[in-house]
Amino acid sequence: MKFGVVRFPGSCDEVDAVLACERHGDAEILWHGERDLHGVDAVVVPGGFSYGDYLRVGAIAQFSPVMEAVAEFARAGGPVLGICNGFQVLCEAGLLPGALLPNTELRFLCRQVDVEVVNAGTPFTRACEERQTLSIPVKHTTGRYYAPESTLAEMEAGGQVVFRYAESWNPNGSVRDIAGVCNATGNVVGLMPHPEHAVDPLTGSDDGNCLFASVAELTAA
Amino acid sequence: MSDGAVTAPDLRVEAQALGLTEAEYDLIQEKIGRPPNGLELAVFSLMWSEHCAYKHSKKLLGKLPTEGPHLLIGPGENAGAVDVGDGLAIAFKVESHNHPSAVEPFQGAATGVGGIMRDIFAVGARPIAVLDSLRFGELDSPRSRYLLDGAVSGIGHYGNSIGVATVGGEVYFEGPYEQNCLVNAMCLGIAPKERLTKSAAAGVGNHLVLMGARTGRDGIGGASVLASAELGDDDADKRPTVQIGDPFEEKEVMEACLELLDRELLSSLQDLGAAGLSSSSSEMASKGEVGLDIDVSKVPLREADMEPFEIMVSESQERMLAVVEPHRLAAVDEVCERWEVRCTVIGEVTDSRHLRVLHGDEVVGDMPVDALVDDCPLYDLEPAEPQAQIYPAPKRTLTSDDPKEILLALLGSSNIASRRPLFEQYDSIVQSRTVRRPEVADAAVLQLAHDTGGGSTAIAVSIDGNGRRVACDPYWGTVEAVLECASNLACVGAEPLGLTNCLNFGNPEKPHIAWQLSRSVDGMADALRELGVPVVGGNVSLYNQSGDGPIYPTPVVGMVGLLPEAARAGGMGFVEEGYVIAMVGRPQPSLAGSELAKLRGEDLPTELPAIDVAEVRAHQEVVRDAVRAGELASAHDVAEGGFLVAVAECCLAGNVGATLDFGDADGDAQAFEPYLFGESVGGFVVSGPRDTIDRLADRIPLDVFGTVGGDSLDVRAGEPLLAASLADLKAANARLARVFA
Amino acid sequence: MLIRPKEGILDPQGQAVERALPALGFDGVANVHVGRLVELDVEDAAKVPEMCERLLANPLIEDYEVLTVE
Repeated sequence: MKFGVVRFPGSCDEVDAVLACERHGDAEILWHGERDLHGVDAVVVPGGFSYGDYLRVGAIAQFSPVMEAVAEFARAGGPVLGICNGFQVLCEAGLLPGALLPNTELRFLCRQVDVEVVNAGTPFTRACEERQTLSIPVKHTTGRYYAPESTLAEMEAGGQVVFRYAESWNPNGSVRDIAGVCNATGNVVGLMPHPEHAVDPLTGSDDGNCLFASVAELTAA
Repeated sequence: MSDGAVTAPDLRVEAQALGLTEAEYDLIQEKIGRPPNGLELAVFSLMWSEHCAYKHSKKLLGKLPTEGPHLLIGPGENAGAVDVGDGLAIAFKVESHNHPSAVEPFQGAATGVGGIMRDIFAVGARPIAVLDSLRFGELDSPRSRYLLDGAVSGIGHYGNSIGVATVGGEVYFEGPYEQNCLVNAMCLGIAPKERLTKSAAAGVGNHLVLMGARTGRDGIGGASVLASAELGDDDADKRPTVQIGDPFEEKEVMEACLELLDRELLSSLQDLGAAGLSSSSSEMASKGEVGLDIDVSKVPLREADMEPFEIMVSESQERMLAVVEPHRLAAVDEVCERWEVRCTVIGEVTDSRHLRVLHGDEVVGDMPVDALVDDCPLYDLEPAEPQAQIYPAPKRTLTSDDPKEILLALLGSSNIASRRPLFEQYDSIVQSRTVRRPEVADAAVLQLAHDTGGGSTAIAVSIDGNGRRVACDPYWGTVEAVLECASNLACVGAEPLGLTNCLNFGNPEKPHIAWQLSRSVDGMADALRELGVPVVGGNVSLYNQSGDGPIYPTPVVGMVGLLPEAARAGGMGFVEEGYVIAMVGRPQPSLAGSELAKLRGEDLPTELPAIDVAEVRAHQEVVRDAVRAGELASAHDVAEGGFLVAVAECCLAGNVGATLDFGDADGDAQAFEPYLFGESVGGFVVSGPRDTIDRLADRIPLDVFGTVGGDSLDVRAGEPLLAASLADLKAANARLARVFA
Repeated sequence: MLIRPKEGILDPQGQAVERALPALGFDGVANVHVGRLVELDVEDAAKVPEMCERLLANPLIEDYEVLTVE
C-alpha cells in the first residue's frame, strides 16, 4: 500500500500525515510542482496554510501541477483524502461539493472533538462502523462547512455526508454539523478534523487510524 | 556625499535624539577618529542602545552560571543548546517584544514569535515548540483586554501558520503592567548535533548573502531624524514603526536554511532582528574577527528610494544573513530558488576589521567592528533598596472570609482562571510530538520518537515568571520563580538541562530599579548554582516604565528538561476514584504576597521568607523519580492560590471530585487560611494508590489529606469547612471564557 | 474587483463589525459585510470576469463587482 501526501508551500501537517500513513503502508511526499503521482494507491491532501491562505483558503493550491494529477486520479476513481486545508483545496478544485467559511467565532480553534461516522462505505471509512464516535482534534480558523440547501438535500440523500460532529461538539458552526463529505462517486473524502493527529494514544487518541486502515485494506484486498 | 572621503557635519543634536549621551557621542568620535556621519551615527546609536549592547546589565549577567554537563552552546550565539542524547540537541531561547506589542499587539507578538524562531534556525535547529509569557494590566481595563486579544491572536497566527506547536505559556494581569505590557516569546528547536551552527563570519573573500524578504522601512522609527530633507515630515506613514510579519515567507526561509545547513553549504548564518543589517553584520564580523563590506545598492528593496542608513537599520522581518564560499554559491542559489526564497550577494568578508557600507562604489560608512560591538561603554548600576513600598496596593475585589467563597474567587481570579480560551487559539499538536497539551500537566512534554527512530525519550518545557512576588522580594521572589519552573518539570518526570531567561525591568538608572535588578540576578544565580542548571542564553528588556511608574520586576525563565520515557510523563489531573491525595515536600505557605492577599487589596510585603533551596531540590528529585517509576498517578506543583487551589485544579483536570480531611485540627476557618491558600515553593499535590503513596514517606515529608472521588470537592477539618460541586468549580474557573464571549 | 460574501451566508466578520461600531458611538449602522478588494492593471478587460470566476472569487459563496478605472 503506497500513500502519497501532497506538499504545497505552506503545508504544515504533511509530515504528520506521512507518519500516520506509515503505520498502515508506505508513504511519500508528492511535491506540488510535479504532475507525477509516482503510482501511489491513495492521495492525502494535508492540513496547513498552503500558499499562506492568500486570497482564499485553498484557492491558489488548486492550480498547482500536482493538483491536476490528483484531479485526474480522482476522476479515474482513485481514493483521495483531504484533511483540513486539504478539504478546502478539494472544495475549491471542485472535487468536493460546498465550501469552507470562517468559524462562527472568528478565531482559530484547536480542540479535541467527538465526530460520528455517518457513511461507513467510503474507501476511508470502510474499517469504521456507522455511528461510531471518533475522538479527533480540529484546529482551524476556516472550517464552517457550507453548501446551498438544495445541494445539501442531494448530498444527504446520496450518502455524501461522511462525518458529523457529535451532539454539542460542533466547533465552527458548520451547517447540519457536517464535519466531512465525499463526492458523488464516494472516492474523494474531505474532513476538517485531523485523523493523522489521532493515531497514537501517547499523543491523544488513536481513533483516527481507521481512516488510513480502511484504504490500506482496500488496496490489499 | 563627496567622492571617497567620508565627511559629516556635527550631528550632536541628532545623536541626542537617537538616545546617545554626550559622552557616548564623544567616545564614538574618538573610536573612529572623526565625527560620525549620519549613517554611522544611526548604526552606533542602535548598536550602543540598551537593547543591543546590554549597557546596564552586562556586568550583572556575568554572575549567572553558564556551564553544565549537557551544554552544547552557551550564551553569546543566536540561541543556546543542550544535548538530549541520541545525537540530538535542543536549541532554545526566550526574547522580549514588549514595546512593539504595546503599540500593535497582534504584529508585535507575531513578529516576536517570528524573531525568536529565526534565532533557533539560525543555529541550525528546526523549531518544534513555542511558549509565551504575557503580562497586562487588570482584566477590567479595556486596553488590557485589547492587548491580550491582539497578542494571543498574533502568536497564534504566526505559530499556527508556520506549523510550529505553541505548547505552553503563562499570562498574568497586574496593575503595574497597564502601560507597559510584557510579551516574551520562547522557542525550542531540534537538530542533529553536527548541524549546530555558529554565526562568526569567516574566510576573507567569502560572499555575504542576504536571504528572504525584501527590505522596507519597518521599524526605522526614531532613526528617521537622520533622513535627508527631501522626505519631509508629512511622510510619516512611509516610516512605519510597526514591523509586519509574514509567517509564510518565514517558513520558506526556514526550510531553505535547514536544507542549506544539512548540505553544509553555509559557512555561517545569522538572523536579522533588532537593528537589522547593521547589528547582524557587525556581530558576525566581531565573532569572526574579520571585516565586512556591504553594498546597500544590492539589497532587494520593497520601497523605492531608500537611503543607505535606512537600508542598514531597517527591521523588515523574515531575513537571514549567511556567509557563503564562492564555489558554493551556485548550489545555494539552487536551494533558495526551489524554496522560492530571495537570495542576493550583498557584500563580502574582508580582513579590514571594519564594517564598510557602500552604495555602489561610494563608501557611505566606515566603522571599526570592535567599536560597534565591544567598545560600547558598560555602566555600573547604583542600586539602593527603596525605603518605602514603591507599588500601590492592588484593588480589593474580595470581601468574604468564607472558605468556599475564597476558593471560588481564587479559581476565577484573573491570574488563576483557566486559560483554555487562550490556548485553544494555538495549534498545540502539529509535528506530532506533543504528549502533554496545555492544562494537562505542569509542563509541556514533547516526545522524540520520530526524531530518534523509535526511542522513548521526551523533552519537557515550562516558562515561568513572577512579578508581584519579585516586587515583594527581588532575591527570594526570583529564587522562587526558578524553583517553580524546576518543580513544574519535576511533576512530569523531567530533569532540567538548561535555562533561558528574560529580565523585564523598569529604568535601571533609578537606584531602586537597579537594586531590584541586582538582587534578582543574585537570586537567579544562586538558585541555578544550587540546582546545577546553566543559563544557555537570554534577553534583557529594560526601561519598562511610564508616568505611572515601573512594572513589577519580572524575571521570566524557560527551562528545558529530559525524561527517559515519554509514556511515563506525569499529569496533573486526578485519575482514579479511591486513590489517596497527599501533599509532599516541606513548603512554608504564607499569605504574604499571595493571590488571596491581592484579592483582599493588601499592601505588598517588603520581603518574603527565605527558602531552603537544597531541600527543595532534593524533594523535586524525589517527585521526579516517583513520576518516572509510575508511583504517582498525578503530580501538581502548588503555586498561585496555594494548596486548595492546586487540589481544585487537579479535580478539574481529572473531571472528578475529592474529599479532604485535615482531621480534628483546632481553629476556625480563618486559622486554616495560610494552609489552604498560602503560597510558597516546594509543595506538591500528588495522588496514587494508598500503599504506593505511603511508601514515599521515607523519601520525602508526606501528609495524606484525602481521597479522589465523587463530583464535588469536600473539605473537612473536624467540622465541614467547605463543599463545592465540580460544576461550581468549573463555572468559577471559566472566567476568561466570559471575558471573550 | 470588490468581492463580498453572498447574501444569506452567515458573515460573522460583518456582524462583529456591526456590533463594534455602536460601541464606539456610531449609531444607525446596519447591513455590514466584510469582503475583499483585488486591484490589478490588465491589458484585456474582457478577461476579468473569467479571472473572477476561476480564481479571484469563489462563486459558491461570494459575489463580485468589477470596477474599471482608466
